[in-house]
Amino acid sequence: MFLIYCPFCGEREQSEFKAGGEAHIVRPKQPTELSDDEWAEYLFMRKNIKGVQFERWNHIHGCRKWFNMVRDTSNDEIKAVYKMGEKPPTK
Amino acid sequence: MTKNLRVKTSKLIDKTNRISFKFNGTKYYGFKGDTLASALLANDVHLVGRSFKYHRPRGIMTAGSEEPNAIIQLHDNTSRTEPNVRATEVEIYEGLEASSQNCWPSVNFDIGGINNLLSPLLPAGFYYKTFMWPASFWKKYEYFIRKSAGLGKSPVEPDPDVYEHRYIHCDVIVIGAGISGIIAAKISAKNGLKTLLVDERPYLGGSTIYQNSDYFKINNQNSGSWLEKEINELKKLENLEIKTRTSVAAYHGYNFLLARESLTDHLPIEQRNNKTRQKLLKIRAKKVITATGAIERPLIFDNNDRPGILLSSAIKKYADLYGVACGEKNILLTNNDSAYETAISLIQKGIKVESIIDNREQVNSKLVKEVEKNNIKIFKGFTVVNTSGYKRINKVSIMQLSKDGEKVIGSKTTLNCDCLGVSGGWTPAVHLFTQSGGKLRFREEDQVFIPLTYNSKQISIGSCNGEFTLDEILTNTPKLLIKFLEIKDTNYDNVDVKSSYSKLKRNIWLLPSDKILGKTKPFVDYQNDSTAKDIKLALKEGFRSIEHVKRYTTTGMGTDQGKLGNMHALGIISETADAKMGELGTTTFRPPYTPLTFGTIVGRNVGEYFDIFRKTPIHDWHVKNNAEFENVGQWKRAWYYPINNEDMHQAVQRESKAARDSAGILDASTLGKIDIQGTDASEFLNRVYTNAWSKLAIGKCRYGLMLNEDGMVYDDGVTTRLAENHYIMTTTTGGAANVMGKLEDYLQTEWPELDVYLTSVTDHFATISVCGPNSKKIVSSVISDLDFTDEKFPHMSFQNAKIDKINCRVMRISFTGEHSYEINVQANYGKSVWEKCMEAGKDFNITPYGTETMHLLRAEKGFIIVGQDTDATMTPIDLQMDWIVSKKKYDFIGKRSLYRSDTIREDRKQLVGLLTENPDEVLEEGAQIVADIKKSPVEMLGHVTSSYYSPNLKKSIALGVVRGGKNMMGQKLIIPMEKKLINVTITDPVFLDKENKRLNA
Ligand SMILES: [Zn+2]
Repeated sequence: MFLIYCPFCGEREQSEFKAGGEAHIVRPKQPTELSDDEWAEYLFMRKNIKGVQFERWNHIHGCRKWFNMVRDTSNDEIKAVYKMGEKPPTK
Repeated sequence: MTKNLRVKTSKLIDKTNRISFKFNGTKYYGFKGDTLASALLANDVHLVGRSFKYHRPRGIMTAGSEEPNAIIQLHDNTSRTEPNVRATEVEIYEGLEASSQNCWPSVNFDIGGINNLLSPLLPAGFYYKTFMWPASFWKKYEYFIRKSAGLGKSPVEPDPDVYEHRYIHCDVIVIGAGISGIIAAKISAKNGLKTLLVDERPYLGGSTIYQNSDYFKINNQNSGSWLEKEINELKKLENLEIKTRTSVAAYHGYNFLLARESLTDHLPIEQRNNKTRQKLLKIRAKKVITATGAIERPLIFDNNDRPGILLSSAIKKYADLYGVACGEKNILLTNNDSAYETAISLIQKGIKVESIIDNREQVNSKLVKEVEKNNIKIFKGFTVVNTSGYKRINKVSIMQLSKDGEKVIGSKTTLNCDCLGVSGGWTPAVHLFTQSGGKLRFREEDQVFIPLTYNSKQISIGSCNGEFTLDEILTNTPKLLIKFLEIKDTNYDNVDVKSSYSKLKRNIWLLPSDKILGKTKPFVDYQNDSTAKDIKLALKEGFRSIEHVKRYTTTGMGTDQGKLGNMHALGIISETADAKMGELGTTTFRPPYTPLTFGTIVGRNVGEYFDIFRKTPIHDWHVKNNAEFENVGQWKRAWYYPINNEDMHQAVQRESKAARDSAGILDASTLGKIDIQGTDASEFLNRVYTNAWSKLAIGKCRYGLMLNEDGMVYDDGVTTRLAENHYIMTTTTGGAANVMGKLEDYLQTEWPELDVYLTSVTDHFATISVCGPNSKKIVSSVISDLDFTDEKFPHMSFQNAKIDKINCRVMRISFTGEHSYEINVQANYGKSVWEKCMEAGKDFNITPYGTETMHLLRAEKGFIIVGQDTDATMTPIDLQMDWIVSKKKYDFIGKRSLYRSDTIREDRKQLVGLLTENPDEVLEEGAQIVADIKKSPVEMLGHVTSSYYSPNLKKSIALGVVRGGKNMMGQKLIIPMEKKLINVTITDPVFLDKENKRLNA
């Protein structure tokens, strides 16, 4: 069970959080302009990386805030957390 | 039973406290301090069970939690019965009753023993292969096999014991209180770190605590006495919590560990009442020190599983710790120095050692010389090739090993014995380490897997780290801890150690025999009865991966997870397949390390606390008025209110009729309520609902449908505009939390520019819905200061009002199609307002109705229930609700998906009404709908989603989804049931009051 550092509350147990899939997938601003394939790409296609992955997490049983996490899926090491809207760390 | 197998002195036994217990119905005596295993051995009982597949007689093999054979049932046929308990871990108490498992009808005469004779027919993969044969064959044998191959019996009565969970946060946890664990705990606590020391055994000190020979000395004292002093000092330390009888079951990521602490299992039953039996400890440690020790390896040779064959270290432990001689004529078989430690202990205690058979040719350590001095014959370079004795070993046959160790040479010698101790060296107990994600490396010199890389802040010390000698442990442990705990020094930097143990070992995974392998039974996994032969067969049949071989042969798949034999299985695979051990890897060790009781896992969450539930503020009234309840999410909702022994159907028919004839009242407090405020609230609603919201006037209500981004219906409900920038949204009961989460998600991550604030107020309001032609009369008498004319208070509008001094929001909205009002008051006033409505409605036969009637009434009107008539594959178009999808809005959640190639298909399943040919025939919800039953396979067109007998229409009505149903109005279809075919006609889903006249009645 992870210990997750919520950028708003600090370190808490994983049981307070909900995972929300891959991060940095922006909802298209003009969906109606997209072809079926382009829309499907946004809607359905997600990476499933063994290694460093950017993810969305929600402190659902805490402050209810969404934030991003950089996690190595091969050993579950959380490399960084950062707020929505912030740029992912480069290192 | 005349044998005296007790020796004079022992570490744990209190001879003044004699205890009686029963095993398989026979009464025996032991002493306080005994385990069930040691007490049985003292009574010369070795045979304790039968093996799983061949039902071979099996005896106690070990003295710890790794025991594969002595698996027993405690207190059979009582509420406290427990299967699969290891006799080696059970501390005896007055009145203990235990019985063998895996034997039918008895341990001495076992009908399944015939499997042993049939064993050529029961090779590796037998069960898989049998399942592949014609089913008829399997059925004949299932009964027999089931009955004769059980693994104990589950209790059938409720568990009378109490269990608890406890969270522990500490700086350091030390797992295992052997010599290295004791030293580590002491160093840690002395340096001011909050330390927790746990051990699965009832005593501290591991195997060193009973080492009292002159050949192992620390600071010139024998190592046992030295350690005892250390423990006495340890107990005085602050910052330290010591827990014995506590087994770490799981080691998860981020140093989160689960342990089971046994508190009453060692007490007589009558002393257990009102005490907590076991605690599940949920431990979060900043640092973890694993000192779990090592498990001695058996050796693999023909008939190596007879009762009376034990691990050599177990024989030593029974003698030193419990004062029990496992036999009177002991022979030891070894490939390393450990067996000589056992021999010395036995000699000290006056227990006869006949001879030692040592695989090694050159042995000359001090230990060996000391043993030789005692005139014990040592067969150097020899091995055991066979044993005999059905229920107890009585002979071993030995032969000389060839130079390369691949075969046996010379003539066979037979030696008499009643006990054989085996030692194949040691396997570090790395189970917890690997559970935590640690990676192992293989050390060629002595063929062991040891920790290589750690996945969290942890360290392995002592023999679980591959350090098997006292001097290694005492030299390395302090050094490792200085670095790991970031401290300056320890008091152990200059300890003088004398260890006479030589590390020389001759490792042969499968000892050679004078017979071909096919004619022998060298067991690798005792509990699951798999032999070296099975493993070789699996390889021959093409299995390569260790995980596949494990499953095919079931090696390592018993309750002991193959703690003894896994390494040999790997070794045999490696040799046969010519692969390197290090490259083969090990199988995955999964939690729990030793089995946990269900009681420990659930703790106090039993009975009404097993699954918590939510009650509305009016709940007590429903209970008092005889309501039956339905679970909706975590909520208890009133389902129906039977009067005078009505069944559900009768009650629902009465309630439904009353609601339409005069007045009904429903507790709708469970509906999700979200308060939405902010200057962009209208824009926000525009984006989350399919219909338009900007033009909704203040004081008006509107029904909304919410989709997922894939275009499928997600939730629905009525939202009211309370003020310019203030809305109150209602959601379905079950969907409330998810809708809130989804809205928050979009607000925070996609549209952070919107000025909108969401607050869940579901629990803050009680919601009372009054419907029916007389609802206006009732509600207006409860709320006297409000104008109830249709002009001032029309359908789909809202008013602030007061009941006495209590503020309330009244919405004129309807889910039944009747003229109706929803009164929302602060939750604490819910019950009193409900009672006021009941009082005011007395003259109008106001009838409380539950969810079942609500469902029936809305079905008459063709209103959907999200989750019942939809299943995440239905678009609003599929529901024939095109009217609610705005064509003008540029975007809303799910809009783009409504014209994907898949969602515009004409032959999607669409919601329709269904009428049965026979109006009294009520369809089953979930029943399949077909057109042609002669075609094979029958094509399923859809299914029934809602079905009721309508007392208002006096006929059966149903909703369903049918492929292309929208264009099939009037068409006849068939619903095939088990014993009949039901003819139905597709209709409009609205059955009653299509013109909505009743809303304004
Ligand atoms: Zn938070």
